[in-house]
Amino acid sequence: MAIDIQMPALSPTMEEGTLSKWLVKEGDTVVSGDILAEIETDKATMEVESIDEGVVGKILIAAGTDGVKVGAVILQLLEDGESASDLGKPAAAAPTAAAPETKAAAAEISAPSTATVMNDPSIPTNIKMVETTVRDALRDAMAEEMRRDETVFVMGEEVAEYQGAYKVTRELLQEFGERRVIDTPITEHGFAGIGCGAAMGGLRPIVEFMTWNFAMQAIDHIINSAAKTLYMSGGQMRCPIVFRGPNGAASRVGAQHSHDYGSWYANVPGLKVVAPYDAADAKGLLKAAIRDPNPVVFLEHELMYGETFDVPDMDDFIIPIGKAKVRREGTDITLVSHSRMVGRCLEAAEILAAEGISAEVIDLRTLRPLDTDTVIESVKKTNRIVCAEEGWGQSGVGAEVAARVVAEAFDYLDAPPERVFQADVPLPYAANLEALSLPGTKDVIAAAKRALHVD
Amino acid sequence: MAKTTAKTSSSKKVTPKTNKEELLEYYRSMLLIRRFEEKAGQLYGMGQIAGFCHLYIGQEAVVTGCRAAMQEGDQMITGYRDHAHMLACGMESRGIMAELTGRAGGLSRGKGGSMHMFSTEKHFYGGHGIVGAQVSLGAGLGFANKYLDNGSVSLAFFGDGASNQGQVYETFNMAKLWDLPVVFVIENNQYAMGTSVERSSAETELYKRGSSFEIEGIQVDGMNVLEVRDAAAKAIKHARDGKGPMILEMKTYRYRGHSMSDPAKYRSRDEVTKTRSERDPIDAVRAQLFDKGWADEASLKQMDKEIKEIVKDAADFSLESPEPHPDELWTDVLLPVEG
Repeated sequence: MAIDIQMPALSPTMEEGTLSKWLVKEGDTVVSGDILAEIETDKATMEVESIDEGVVGKILIAAGTDGVKVGAVILQLLEDGESASDLGKPAAAAPTAAAPETKAAAAEISAPSTATVMNDPSIPTNIKMVETTVRDALRDAMAEEMRRDETVFVMGEEVAEYQGAYKVTRELLQEFGERRVIDTPITEHGFAGIGCGAAMGGLRPIVEFMTWNFAMQAIDHIINSAAKTLYMSGGQMRCPIVFRGPNGAASRVGAQHSHDYGSWYANVPGLKVVAPYDAADAKGLLKAAIRDPNPVVFLEHELMYGETFDVPDMDDFIIPIGKAKVRREGTDITLVSHSRMVGRCLEAAEILAAEGISAEVIDLRTLRPLDTDTVIESVKKTNRIVCAEEGWGQSGVGAEVAARVVAEAFDYLDAPPERVFQADVPLPYAANLEALSLPGTKDVIAAAKRALHVD
Repeated sequence: MAKTTAKTSSSKKVTPKTNKEELLEYYRSMLLIRRFEEKAGQLYGMGQIAGFCHLYIGQEAVVTGCRAAMQEGDQMITGYRDHAHMLACGMESRGIMAELTGRAGGLSRGKGGSMHMFSTEKHFYGGHGIVGAQVSLGAGLGFANKYLDNGSVSLAFFGDGASNQGQVYETFNMAKLWDLPVVFVIENNQYAMGTSVERSSAETELYKRGSSFEIEGIQVDGMNVLEVRDAAAKAIKHARDGKGPMILEMKTYRYRGHSMSDPAKYRSRDEVTKTRSERDPIDAVRAQLFDKGWADEASLKQMDKEIKEIVKDAADFSLESPEPHPDELWTDVLLPVEG
């Protein structure tokens, strides 16, 4: 029986990749440990090793093929006594690495319609759009600001030679050199402090945390050194610094690597906290964050890095921090969220539209300062609200938004504010339990229907 | 010869050189610190200063000697026992005292307090309340110096207590890895609050704490202002020459409690009295001034009188200055975005 070699997943979130090169050809004998092929993802190029012995029977995917799904059979290996003519059809592709929730959502509905997405007020209507991943948009933002301002530099674990653990800093080392793109040891507390000190000393550091989970080691400097010093010094000591990295749950990485810190940092005066959804906002807001004279916590989402969106082709595209964006207009209910959850809300709005319910989708974009006005304006029109976030509910962003709406627009509400959030447990590893923990499109729809009193 | 971790060092004891003007200046600087701190203690006792207030009495030679070795542009950063560092940097005694009393005339306009004052003009970077944080921040200042190639050196002061914090070692590692122009000054006053070095530290010779990072350390008599100055000069030159950080362990002593609320039950009164009578840094310089014939009782008495006037003026200012305007509550949280 021939052995089917499948396209491997090289990271927890990889769904497909490019089979860039074969290092064996049909008829070659391979032993365990031999390198069969090179595979490229948007993050890295990796080698695929054989774990079996045999003769290469058939190569099923040609070198240079893009978009090869994880689990697809790429090569069949003949065992002793077999010949190429024994080969049958490869077994069906294995399930992909995607979380069940993602699959379910994708199966139910198509991608959110861009036709209903309103342009950002700051983008001229005649500007050309370029399809860009969130990852590259973030990189472009850093590169542009580093070209503009010599005092901007980036430091963090694996940001330079490795090109970023998630490849967000790709090619920055090549352009700016090791003086300005600095690999640190694994020492978050220390390099966050050095970053704050450098900011006080006149530089504009971008400190990358490989993920925000690791920034708990550094949170003292983010809060006590960066956020409070301006106030404690009576306005003398500035700390213009950006702390950035992926925040929240990725995929199947367990509780310690899946924490959403949005509400933690949003609680602290002296910080600005940004959590963008799409690539244009990622770019425009990161550029604004780098130029901001205050410390900014910039919360990215690993599962959004590879997503592609239109980014305006402008020389200096800046999105002001502190302004929410109405991503879809509606009249019956307001769906408020930030980061990846915005996508779930857009999907929910699409499904609700099919049922005759018109949902307005607001992307907060910034968690501090919180743009309450945009939310209140919307609620005055729709009279109902769902606050959705991926993190936990207690003292969450949604709790804050709901409290403000109740305080400031109570008389406009026709139903209590609804909230959607992560189950109140540490995020489990098992696929089914993880899917049960994380809120998704169907939870937003259910919450909207509760608020609307429809089944 | 001071103890050092240097692999090669001269065994010859070098007597520090000085002159009349210099020594009188050090005396004056140390005396100002002592009188200022005594007055702060007094105002605390009167209820005019609240919260935490950590006095530097006994440790005056450390900051005075280090300051004497610094050049214009070199930075200083420390923890919460910071009044002396500000005075040494030339910050206004009025502004410091008024910050202690929480008034509008304070250096942080009353919003920082004893532990949080800064002066970008005088290159003093705080005043930090979290033990050990100033060490990585200080290395960050050194990082900026190197990045900007401005030739400056940063001095990060911390205590024997902070020397057990993890981030200190993270910082040692990066400071040496990148040869940052920073000097780590450990003010070993022998008690981290109420816990002695012997009860808190597996290695009590703190100048050796950089050994794992190839950072040279020197143990210095922190009660001798000239030895402090010369050790600091050596470390600062080392850093300025691009050779990276050094550690100076200043063996010193605080006469007062950890903070004003500390009854100091963890040490005997005899220990304090003995140190004060045998090792006092100000008395030592005074004796030296007399020995050399550079000062007499009358001239030093006159100096003391002038300093007491400065301190009284600061105290008066700090009590007359109004409380911050209520609007100050909302200022300095965020800077406006330009453009």
